[in-house]
Amino acid sequence: MRPILLSGHERALTQVKYSKDGDIIFSVAKDHVVCAWYSVNGERLGTYHGHQGALWTLDVDPTTTLLATGGADNTMRLWEVKTGRLLKTWDFGSSIKRVEFSEDGTQLLGVTEKRMGHLSTIVVYDIKLDVEAEQASEHSLRIVCDEAKATVAGFSYLSKFIISGHEDGSVTQWDAKTGERLKETFPHDADMQITDLQWSPDRTYFITACKDKTAKLVTAKDLKVLKTYVADTPLNSAAITPVKDYVILGGGQAAMDVTTTSARQGKFEARFYHKIFEEEIGRVRGHFGPLNYVAVSPQGTGYCSGGEDGYVRVHHFDKPYFDFKFEVERENDNI
Amino acid sequence: MAPSFENLPEDDDYDEEELDFGDLQDQYEVRMEEGLDAFVVVDGLPKVREDAHQKLVKFLLRKLNTVGKTGEDLIFMPINEETGMTDGYAFVEYETPEQAVAATKALHGTSLDKRHAIAVNKLTDIERYGREGRIDDEYTAPEIEPFTERDHLRWWLGDPEARDQFVMYRNENVGVYWNEKEDPPAPVVDRQHWTESFVQWSPLGTYLTSMHAQGVQLWGGPSWSRQKRFAHPGANLVDFSPNEKYITTWSHRPLQVDEGHPILTAEEDGKNYIIWDIATQKPLRSFVTLDQAGPTQDADGNAIKKKLQWPAFKWSSDDKYVARMTQGQSISVYELPKMNLLDKTSIKIEGVMDFEWAPALPQRDSIKTYEQLFCYWTPELGSNPAKVGLMSIPSKEVVRTRNLFNVSDAKLHWQSQAAYVCVKVDRHSKSKKSNATNLEIFRVREKGVPVEVVDSLKDTVINFAWEPSGDRFVLITAGEIPAGAAVPPKTSVSFFCPEKAKGNAVGNFKHIRTIDKKNNNAIHWSPKGRFVVVATVLSQQSFDLDFYDFDFEGEKEDKDKDLTANLQLMATADHYGVTDIDWDPTGRYVATSASMWKHRMENGYHLYDFKGTLLREEPVEQFKQWAWRPRPPTLLTKEEQKKIRKNLREYSKIFDEQDLARKNTANKAIIEQRRRLLDEWHAWRARVEAELYEEREELGLPPLSKEEEIAEAEIDEENDQVVEEIVEEILEESEEVVS
Repeated sequence: MRPILLSGHERALTQVKYSKDGDIIFSVAKDHVVCAWYSVNGERLGTYHGHQGALWTLDVDPTTTLLATGGADNTMRLWEVKTGRLLKTWDFGSSIKRVEFSEDGTQLLGVTEKRMGHLSTIVVYDIKLDVEAEQASEHSLRIVCDEAKATVAGFSYLSKFIISGHEDGSVTQWDAKTGERLKETFPHDADMQITDLQWSPDRTYFITACKDKTAKLVTAKDLKVLKTYVADTPLNSAAITPVKDYVILGGGQAAMDVTTTSARQGKFEARFYHKIFEEEIGRVRGHFGPLNYVAVSPQGTGYCSGGEDGYVRVHHFDKPYFDFKFEVERENDNI
Repeated sequence: MAPSFENLPEDDDYDEEELDFGDLQDQYEVRMEEGLDAFVVVDGLPKVREDAHQKLVKFLLRKLNTVGKTGEDLIFMPINEETGMTDGYAFVEYETPEQAVAATKALHGTSLDKRHAIAVNKLTDIERYGREGRIDDEYTAPEIEPFTERDHLRWWLGDPEARDQFVMYRNENVGVYWNEKEDPPAPVVDRQHWTESFVQWSPLGTYLTSMHAQGVQLWGGPSWSRQKRFAHPGANLVDFSPNEKYITTWSHRPLQVDEGHPILTAEEDGKNYIIWDIATQKPLRSFVTLDQAGPTQDADGNAIKKKLQWPAFKWSSDDKYVARMTQGQSISVYELPKMNLLDKTSIKIEGVMDFEWAPALPQRDSIKTYEQLFCYWTPELGSNPAKVGLMSIPSKEVVRTRNLFNVSDAKLHWQSQAAYVCVKVDRHSKSKKSNATNLEIFRVREKGVPVEVVDSLKDTVINFAWEPSGDRFVLITAGEIPAGAAVPPKTSVSFFCPEKAKGNAVGNFKHIRTIDKKNNNAIHWSPKGRFVVVATVLSQQSFDLDFYDFDFEGEKEDKDKDLTANLQLMATADHYGVTDIDWDPTGRYVATSASMWKHRMENGYHLYDFKGTLLREEPVEQFKQWAWRPRPPTLLTKEEQKKIRKNLREYSKIFDEQDLARKNTANKAIIEQRRRLLDEWHAWRARVEAELYEEREELGLPPLSKEEEIAEAEIDEENDQVVEEIVEEILEESEEVVS
């Protein structure tokens, strides 16, 4: 598995995403620029300029026409993927920590940071999947998270629920139409921040990554913890792989926590666990800073990781990856 | 409304007489005795007539004033009106209570003249213990407690699989585990805040020692209940006698014994060391820390921090004697269990620098009587050469000495059966510019204790270790440190063994091999001999562990055919940040650990077998300490052991079968578990997918293809896309100038 090193950013990566077809990778970093890359060879396709601050998040709609970004300049922006044209800017009182399209691309949510006088909120906008259309300026729903700051959020299957992860380790399920709080659980250690929440392909369950060094697989409908993956380092990101039943976890000792961190000590590796058996099956090294995000191609043929070291590493899975099976899985297939 | 006199309830009438102030009176009662602390009562004085009264007081004063200050008018010696004589006692007031305490300490039991010995007690003590009613007039026999079953302290040796236990201290928890080889260790007991600084096994493994601000506690038995406690407040270190009869505790702060302490008495006040009897939990004797000889300030006037000699009290192998050296002067040998100084004097050895007891009962040639030996050395004093001596106890006879020249330092290394003692002598050349090391090996069991000198080694020897119960040794030498170099010098590891000799004799020690350009600094022999781990610990750069076999069963090289060893490097391992290496007491496993006491990188442990195969590695957060539980010596006779060794093949067959069966059941359990997980997962997925399908249908959306199918469809269409890349490369560029 030979990685392709994407060195287009000047500062730490914050999020990377594949398009639905898996052919393009989008990346945002703290250096104010959004980049788009061909996943197959790592060639840069283009950049999106306009943000005035560090970027925290991006998402692309399922048809790969629209790109949403959010960052520390307190704006959430919508771009045309093809041309890089800025379509819409929404202004807020604090920075945007997370954006995500719904399954069908008709809704967009943003998570705003809690800051002096501004509450942590989840805002939802209706989106017209047309680059020429005028996008709504007013949100269709606004949820205020007054108990604990929301850090990540996303739409469940059929846009039924909005699931949010919080800084105190809790996960909350909201009604996506009314904004009513339906359920709340504490799958992680108290006061350990949930750093990532990524969906299974059909959005019926999701994986959370947490600073408490674990990742958990949780159902969207009743917030039941299905699986727990234990790592030995704080986690920044976790992804579920299609095709094979694996999950990929990324993290590492934060640079601010240690003064002298050798690459060996920092545990800057992507870790592969078996999704069902919760066992670690392998690690991929390479980054020399903590991994801030891992994303899997929707086809399950590769993954990429964005690190604090400013690099995106794109990996295409080899044959052994697909061939690897536990004994029980093999016998199950033969039946 | 604020409370005031106006709104106090008026009918709150009560009779003061009725109230019971008993508790308050008890609490605030003025303690009269406190003023009497400076008084002592002197008993056992001669009974004299009134005219001799004055003379006696004066005589007594001379004695009493040696420890404090008192005066003629402060001594009250009552005269019995009936007899007109004194009654043989006197009350004495000292200036301070401290002086009174000193008087009881120093003068109690001392003799006044040939016929009279005085008893000096504090007045308050007499009040407390001697007051009427405190002591029953009639003797009642002490009640003998009925026998209660105690925990079996050696229960762990009865493990059917003969597993070994170890203690692991990490975070705030202390846990004892069974070693399970490659599988996670099986917990026996785990307690939070079991100790305040560290844990330690007693030398035969009976007790686990925990350290507390109040003292030391010993734990054991299957219930891990507290077996013993030794209230030495602020104890920093402990040391056991080899047979677990006695324990030494030490604290850097002198003890402050308050009156009324249940165990410690004024005797222990101001002391640093206490030697206790483990069975009775009573202190036997206490000592202060000796200041070490040598200057206390360096050339710049800064205080030199002296390294504490630990253990300062060294035990003979049979717990009969314990000795302490006063550096440069003498060695004090105390006899157990009374802890009296042997022959009431210390053994004067001028200039003595170090001494070491024989670790086993010495068996010198043609010596039939009981003796213990210790080895000591003295440096050059004036024109006298440096000396190494062997002294026999209790006779205090020096049985062997050897003179040495140009000695800068010496280290004494006994072989575990006391068959040899190797004195590693660091020598300087006459110009004191270069150093060399000599090994002077005393063959204790041979007639006349001959000394063999192993040819001088050019470099300084930094480590030396005898094979336990064997006659081979390993040493590490370090080259000169280049001035200003940041890296430690390269080291060489040398192996030695005796030559083959006729009969039972042990031949001369010969060099087997030296391995150069290593970084090693630690030698850890298997407790059963034959195997040795040579390692680099506490280093920043290298962490290698080399496993050697001294009796390799393969082909022997020609040049080694006269030697009693066939050395072979079996394996090399690497444990990042290793700080400690510990063999299990059976010599089957080696645990290496990285403790957070030394550094905070990758704390945890590795477990190897004796061949150097890595069995298990586990990173443990806040890992502090690992210690195998020692085993007492075997109860089998020599013949029985021999028989076992002979039939080893048969036993090992059984063990192999057991291992296999265990592995199979474990594997089976894992497979079962996985199968169950997989089935559960598929069942759950089927349910969720069906639900989703229905919901989508209700909403009029097309069914979502199954998770697996999306991807598979994509993979099948491998011919869907061909990305053609054209890469242009400039191979050569040349410029021609056309005029």
